[in-house]
Amino acid sequence: MATKAFQKIYTQITKITKATCSLKAKGVGYDELATVNGKLAQVVKIIGEDITLQVFSGTEGIPTNAEVVFLGKAPTLKVSGQLAGRFFNAFGEPIDGGPVPEGKEVEIGGPSVNPVRREQPSELIATGIAGIDLNNTLVSGQKIPFFADPDQPYNVVMANVALRAKTDKIILGGMGLANDDYLYFKNVFSNAGALDRIVSFVNTAENPPVERLLIPDMALTAAEYFAVEKNEKVLVLLTDMSSYADALSIVSNRMDQIPSKDSMPGSLYSDLAKIYEKAVQFPTGGSITIIAVTTLSGGDITHAVPDNTGYITEGQLYLRRDSDVGKVVIDPFRSLSRLKQLVIGKKTREDHPQVMNAAVRLYADAANAKTKQENGFDLTHYDERTLAFAKDYSRQILAIDVNIDTTEMLDKTWDLLSTHFRPEEVNIKNSLVEKYWKE
Amino acid sequence: MATKGTVKGIIANLVIVGVTDPVSQNEICYISDGDTRLMAEVIKIIGKDVYVQVFESTRGLKVGADVEFAEHMLEVALGPGLLSRNLDGLQNDLDKMEGVFLKRGEYTFPLDKEKLWDFKPIAQAGDIMTAGDWLGEVDENFQPHKIMIPFKMTGKYTIKSIIGAGKYTINETIAVVTDEENNDIPLTMVQYWPVKKAVMAYKDKPRPFKLLETGVRVIDTANPIVEGGTGFIPGAFGTGKTVLQHAISKQAEADIVIMAACGERANEVVEIFTEFPHLVDSHTGRKLMERTIIIANTSNMPVAAREASVYTAMTIAEYYRSMGLKVLLMADSTSRWAQALREQSNRLEELPGPDAFPMDLSAIISNFYGRAGYVILNNNNTGSITFIGTVSPAGGNLKEPVTENTKKVARCFYALEQERADKKRYPAVNPIDSYSKYLEYPEFVEYISKRISADWIDNVDELKTRMQRGKEISEQINILGDDGVPLDYHITFWKSELIDFVMLQQDAFDDIDSVTPVDRQKDILDRVIALCRTEFKFANFNEVMDYFKKMINIMKQMNYSVYQSEEYHSYDKQLDMLVKERKIA
Repeated sequence: MATKAFQKIYTQITKITKATCSLKAKGVGYDELATVNGKLAQVVKIIGEDITLQVFSGTEGIPTNAEVVFLGKAPTLKVSGQLAGRFFNAFGEPIDGGPVPEGKEVEIGGPSVNPVRREQPSELIATGIAGIDLNNTLVSGQKIPFFADPDQPYNVVMANVALRAKTDKIILGGMGLANDDYLYFKNVFSNAGALDRIVSFVNTAENPPVERLLIPDMALTAAEYFAVEKNEKVLVLLTDMSSYADALSIVSNRMDQIPSKDSMPGSLYSDLAKIYEKAVQFPTGGSITIIAVTTLSGGDITHAVPDNTGYITEGQLYLRRDSDVGKVVIDPFRSLSRLKQLVIGKKTREDHPQVMNAAVRLYADAANAKTKQENGFDLTHYDERTLAFAKDYSRQILAIDVNIDTTEMLDKTWDLLSTHFRPEEVNIKNSLVEKYWKE
Repeated sequence: MATKGTVKGIIANLVIVGVTDPVSQNEICYISDGDTRLMAEVIKIIGKDVYVQVFESTRGLKVGADVEFAEHMLEVALGPGLLSRNLDGLQNDLDKMEGVFLKRGEYTFPLDKEKLWDFKPIAQAGDIMTAGDWLGEVDENFQPHKIMIPFKMTGKYTIKSIIGAGKYTINETIAVVTDEENNDIPLTMVQYWPVKKAVMAYKDKPRPFKLLETGVRVIDTANPIVEGGTGFIPGAFGTGKTVLQHAISKQAEADIVIMAACGERANEVVEIFTEFPHLVDSHTGRKLMERTIIIANTSNMPVAAREASVYTAMTIAEYYRSMGLKVLLMADSTSRWAQALREQSNRLEELPGPDAFPMDLSAIISNFYGRAGYVILNNNNTGSITFIGTVSPAGGNLKEPVTENTKKVARCFYALEQERADKKRYPAVNPIDSYSKYLEYPEFVEYISKRISADWIDNVDELKTRMQRGKEISEQINILGDDGVPLDYHITFWKSELIDFVMLQQDAFDDIDSVTPVDRQKDILDRVIALCRTEFKFANFNEVMDYFKKMINIMKQMNYSVYQSEEYHSYDKQLDMLVKERKIA
């Protein structure tokens, strides 16, 4: 961020708070970047000549005579093929020791896609995980988060999904990522020989929290470049969006805004939507798919962050440890992929929708039977069969270590249905039962 | 002369403009930012400082920018050619915009200025008319589109001349009228109306009573909505709000359907764009898109325009209602609209009400719902706006301001329930908490007993009572165990399950099951109620469950079959045989 000779330097700061500083200046544009003694800042309020700057890394040590230079532009990223395989910080500066990439400079957080220019998503993203492919099928252009407790292996599952999915680019946006997790992603990707398909923007837990507000926009600006200019299928991984929301609440608090639910800013829904809605299928073949992580506190999904996220994203995936089989499974009750209707039974075998629903319904019956059992009641023969089914289903279908293709998943489910039930108990269209029931 | 001003301050999309001349509250203005002009609305005035809410991003805007006021509030253009359009919240035609990305400051006129419309006069020279009266009509997507005396014109007008039948563009003068002071006023096919004001060009607004068929059994049979009625669908995410709303919009027996996608997912709108041009309206045999208008202000589009979008949709609905048409207006979701109000109120530093929503939220919601309704026009024709809004309660908790305030004004309540959704019992409308107040209207009871049958209302009552009883028993069984309750209880419980699976649950993704015409609904209701009244003999509760599961399975297969087809009758026979097995004569 070297200053150029003809740029005006201001040296009279009139007000300093924890995150902002103010000064008098003219001809400044809203959202414009500035440096304050070399620290990057952005214009957040203009009243006449009074300019308020949000200093990303905090205002610690800033003197009242700090040198302020306005850069005349909003935050930008230089985009080109040279981004591939590289690691950057929240400002788009390399952190892997490599050279600064060349390319076209574009403003991050750019405009939205005109909804009539979108294409309806229709391409299945296979992950091999039956809890996803069978019950909660992902589609390119979709946006979906994992709702997970901090102790669950969401980053591992996400890395697996990213590597198995057939995409041209994977863009990792890490926010408040533990340094160990950052290194984990780096290792997994390089061990898989996939590093040249990956671009990473990382703000670790050690970096100032406000900086991470730039991460999603950086990642998505890079994604838009590959999806629009190169017509590539891009998968964006955002972890963890709860850390992003925390940074939003810090800023809004320091700007004296009235907080709404859970100390989050009133604009939380719009702020999150602006990010997630960048997921898109373009008519030219390029697409942006977003898989995110929202960590929950104590499994509470009514908290403002998961709650608003659920209304924005096209479904959500839950991980759960199934103590009966000792495995982490994708919870079939609460997980949902809203776009699955666009592909199941169309891009997959015709029996997919009905088999999926029947199995989940029977799994629910098993949950009821279990409650009965725990309350000390006698189980019926049917109850016992549902419990046996549930164990098999959990182990062979829902567990995250399963890696098979969708047709195999369907065959396996028919196997389980036929083993434990009679055709009239599964509530599936007769024409399908006649075709697929295993005697 | 229009008032001019300059930008004095910028805080996100709130801009402070200094003026010297008069401006009015809610007036529209345009801010020049280089070559682009950003549209904004006045929301507060203090002395010479005018606070305007910009409908777009203010990135790069500088103090000193020129502002020009437009001397009118936010208005929409009303005229032939709105059907099948994809508009944004400010009524810009999205298809006319260039490029993949939305450009700041690009505004496109929603109507086609070149197209020739086949005009036929209805009024004659010498007729005395008032606002909303029909001058003539054109054919819009095979529906008669009435050209009216503009809603803005107050008082009485005498038709001086009216053009003969022929082809004209929307901006040609089609009539000249004379007002009470003898001024001649030329009229075209286009008129403008400020969206935040209700159109009052009708004679009377009686209580609505005619069933609006939606093909969704849990609505039509259990909680019917009427032409000109209001309803709302609250539900946590994942409970099937959107699927239910799309089902209603596809199947409802309406002349015009307006969908306001207000702050929701863009892909959901894309689904409508993609599917509606191919789907056929079963009532008319025409393409669904021909009767549909989409107002798309998705969640990533500017928040300020989101607030405007529901008003834009309502104003267009009022326009078509004044033509004597049945309009169905769906807004998904009214919570996003309320959130836009909250963001605006927050930036204005107003003292917040509950959950940081503005204090007047309740009044805003009830005024909006009040614009729907069944009306008798001045020429004694009738028209209606049926309004169904979805609500996205924070955390799925219905005790929050938007749900509570909506419940006070909407007459039908379709409570989507997480527990039902988890069990995949779709549509996840809770059969006990949901209600339709129209079932209590004597006008409706009278209408329905003529249109369907005299025992319909009684059967619906019985259905609801049985669902309630079934729920009570299931709770008792959970506490006392299967053995702890009498055998009768199991039978009553499974009869309620029969109602649930056969009548209330419906597969929105099956071609046949997704739409059930009212006649067929009557047939299912009669069958189910008759079975519920039949006495069966069982030795133990295991037999009860097995038996009713078989019965449910057969009746579900019937629901999946073409009505009265061979397949349908074969299941009917199976059902007969099954009943005979255990029926007590």
